[in-house]
Amino acid sequence: MFAKTLKGALYSLWGSVLLLGAGNSYAEYPINLTRGVTDISNKVFDLHMLIFWICVVACVIVFAVLIYSIFTHRKSKGAVAAEFHESTTVEIIWTTIPFLVLVAMAVPATTTLLALEDTRDADMSIQVTGYQWKWKYDYLDDDISFFSVLTTPREQIEGDAPKDDTYLMDVDNPIVVPINKKIRFLITSNDVIHSWWVPALGWKQDAVPGFINDAWTELTEPGTYRGKCAELCGKDHGFMPIVLVAKTQEDYDTWVGEQKAAAAAAADASTQTLTMDELMARGETAYNASCAACHQANGAGIPGVFPAMTGSAIVLGDVVAHIDIVVNGKEGTAMQAFGEQLSAVDIAAIITYERNGLGNSVGDLVQPADVVAAK
Amino acid sequence: MSTATTHDDHHDHGAPSGLMRWVTTTNHKDIGTLYLWFAFTMLLIGGAMAMVIRAELFQPGLQVVDPNFFNTMTTMHGLIMVFGAIMPGMVGLANWQIPLMIGAPDMALPRMNNWSFWILPFAGTMLLSTLFMEGGGPAFGWTFYAPLSTTFAPASTDFFIFAVHMLGFSSIMGAINIIATVLNMRAPGMTLMKMPLFVWTWFITAFLLIAVMPVLAGAVTMMLTDRNFGTSFFDAAGGGDPVLFQHVFWFFGHPEVYIMILPAFGVISEIIPTFARKKLFGYSSMVYATASIAFLSFIVYAHHMFTTGMPVAGELYFMYATILIAVPTAVKVFNWTATMWKGSMTFETPMLWAIAFVFLFTIGGFTGLMMGIAPADMQYHDTYFIVAHFHYVLVTGALFSIIAAFYYWAPKWTGHMVDERLGKIHFWWSVISVNVLFFPQHFIGLAGMPRRIPDYSLQFADWNMISSLGGFAFGLAQVFFIFVIIKTIRGGKAATPEVWEGAHGLEWTIPSPAPYHTFETAPEVK
Repeated sequence: MFAKTLKGALYSLWGSVLLLGAGNSYAEYPINLTRGVTDISNKVFDLHMLIFWICVVACVIVFAVLIYSIFTHRKSKGAVAAEFHESTTVEIIWTTIPFLVLVAMAVPATTTLLALEDTRDADMSIQVTGYQWKWKYDYLDDDISFFSVLTTPREQIEGDAPKDDTYLMDVDNPIVVPINKKIRFLITSNDVIHSWWVPALGWKQDAVPGFINDAWTELTEPGTYRGKCAELCGKDHGFMPIVLVAKTQEDYDTWVGEQKAAAAAAADASTQTLTMDELMARGETAYNASCAACHQANGAGIPGVFPAMTGSAIVLGDVVAHIDIVVNGKEGTAMQAFGEQLSAVDIAAIITYERNGLGNSVGDLVQPADVVAAK
Repeated sequence: MSTATTHDDHHDHGAPSGLMRWVTTTNHKDIGTLYLWFAFTMLLIGGAMAMVIRAELFQPGLQVVDPNFFNTMTTMHGLIMVFGAIMPGMVGLANWQIPLMIGAPDMALPRMNNWSFWILPFAGTMLLSTLFMEGGGPAFGWTFYAPLSTTFAPASTDFFIFAVHMLGFSSIMGAINIIATVLNMRAPGMTLMKMPLFVWTWFITAFLLIAVMPVLAGAVTMMLTDRNFGTSFFDAAGGGDPVLFQHVFWFFGHPEVYIMILPAFGVISEIIPTFARKKLFGYSSMVYATASIAFLSFIVYAHHMFTTGMPVAGELYFMYATILIAVPTAVKVFNWTATMWKGSMTFETPMLWAIAFVFLFTIGGFTGLMMGIAPADMQYHDTYFIVAHFHYVLVTGALFSIIAAFYYWAPKWTGHMVDERLGKIHFWWSVISVNVLFFPQHFIGLAGMPRRIPDYSLQFADWNMISSLGGFAFGLAQVFFIFVIIKTIRGGKAATPEVWEGAHGLEWTIPSPAPYHTFETAPEVK
């Protein structure tokens, strides 16, 4: 394992030296903020560049004086120290000038901030809820609701497969919005503080449990924009990206229709009866997607942090209690209420898999109808 | 009687020998030395954790550690560097230098001085011991935001809380001692406005410490009761507010960053005039600027919280107040520049570190100004841009000033000049590698890499690798520093009492090394 890591590191080190030397266009050296795609993000970008250049000019002036002094006023060149050590005039001047520059910077900063925070007169509202470690989107006007989870495979993260161009930037269900609509985001959290950030929109907003923050955007170009959780939220903070897809109004309407049809199909599926093999196969996939981050793919958990599934009293015990904790979560812990996150079929499959896989063999199986009954 | 004869040679005795010398000492020089060794040990431990972080970030993917341990490393690295390395390092300098610079025989409260040091190794050990507990150490960042640090934290968090309390006791006692010493122990003629600037900056810092360490103690106590006794200070489900934690924390945390940087300003204001052979420009404006920065530090704290959903009026106020700090900070940089202007400079090792401080701290100051602009901070916040910013002010600022202070005062402490060749190797090695380490972090931060992540998408890979290489080189440079320190203690060219040609001040009137007891008769200051 370690040898492989070391070898990989040496290869990529050598690769980067080559790329640096050749100025190869495959190497990526991004150095600046994203300009973004909205009016606000452009304002923020212009403000950023304005203060950046003011700082550069001030830096250059101060550094030029320092460097001139260092090379000229040195004892080895016979410089004799002057006697002066104060000058009220000079000190008043160099207190006043920075103050005036700051006032000049504060003016555009104030107008941009006021525009950024003005969430009035929105055309539609989407609630964004942070979970450890995924996002949930509720379309308040259209009655659509879904979770958005990282899809980058474990093999890529652990170095067993080559990494995609969108490594750690892809999700199963992106948030989809129409263009030319003022969209208000209502941002909150189910557990710890997260922060919803798509750089192309020009802002980030913290998701605080128990409180709702708002923010807005209005996109003009269809496209896919990627972002990340920006506030440390626990173990998989680095693994909960955001993908936002902007569509024209017609495409958006089509998408809304598809979502509603899919929700109806899922409700139908919860009445079916599955075999043990079907449940176990589906359960393994769903467990690895939704449970393995904490309870681990082998069911061993992380001692002292996340309980093991193998040999767990709940898993081996009464099936009703087992369904209850998965569907409704456990208050005051990281165990979430999965009843609203996953379909009844997936939950039934996961519980069956936990009871009959991961080193356990209780023998019973759970059907979607049992899960619906517990909701 | 024999007691009479033993009492006679009281004034001649030097340092007692053996381990108990260090355990029972009330001598400000011994305690200063203990503080400095403790700080250096913690610097190496915290630095080793930074190496783990940079090793994991060397390339995309998870290679070296798992994400939970990575979070533990970033958390412990921050806590140890802030509370274990920089703060005790500055207190160590204060212990050694304040009595020597104001002509006092010792600190005003020598027994308390002993206690404020000896709390530290126990607090530090308790903090480090959490790494070996079930569930791992604290993994919620050095800012320990609730509810990640309360409801969702490992069991070891209670040990972390106790360690923070103990560190707070130590800091408060150290601060009381400094204020009492400065107010009561100055030599005749040493008026407040004649005090060396290092003493002034520490005097002001001590008030900041007394004001905000109890606030930190309050924050961790509320965490403790939320975790164990059913209260809901930071839990909305019980009527509390997670953002309240951030208000309380940053009311401590913002003055805290000035606690770490004001004494650094003092050190630099001592070193530059010495090697420019010219009086410090604008002494009184330096004092007033320090006091203004200290005052402003209390009323700007929520600029750490622009994205938490503050009302827009609050954001505007905190933006205006924050960028105002640029004025007194600029005055300081201008004063150092004017001190060097038309001086007669030489560039011994301490001067090199001081000049590097002025350049690099200025860069860190400007990025701080940029983040004070609230709408732009909506992009910068919680990215590597801020990681670069605070490492420029804390590593090339606070840490460089402590290293500069070592090169400047070590001849007084040890009686030996530091080998200039080794000092310069250490300087150039550090100053180049630290920029390779932190400068690219500005770029990846702006390009969109969040802080505190163990793995990142591919567009950040190249800069991260360069940054890591700089990090390993900088880490190694501080291992080389051990060699420089030990070599200086064990021998070297004998130092004169003045040590440096352009040095002024009471500490340069006593022999080198400084005798165990100094200024038993107060000097006269004209």
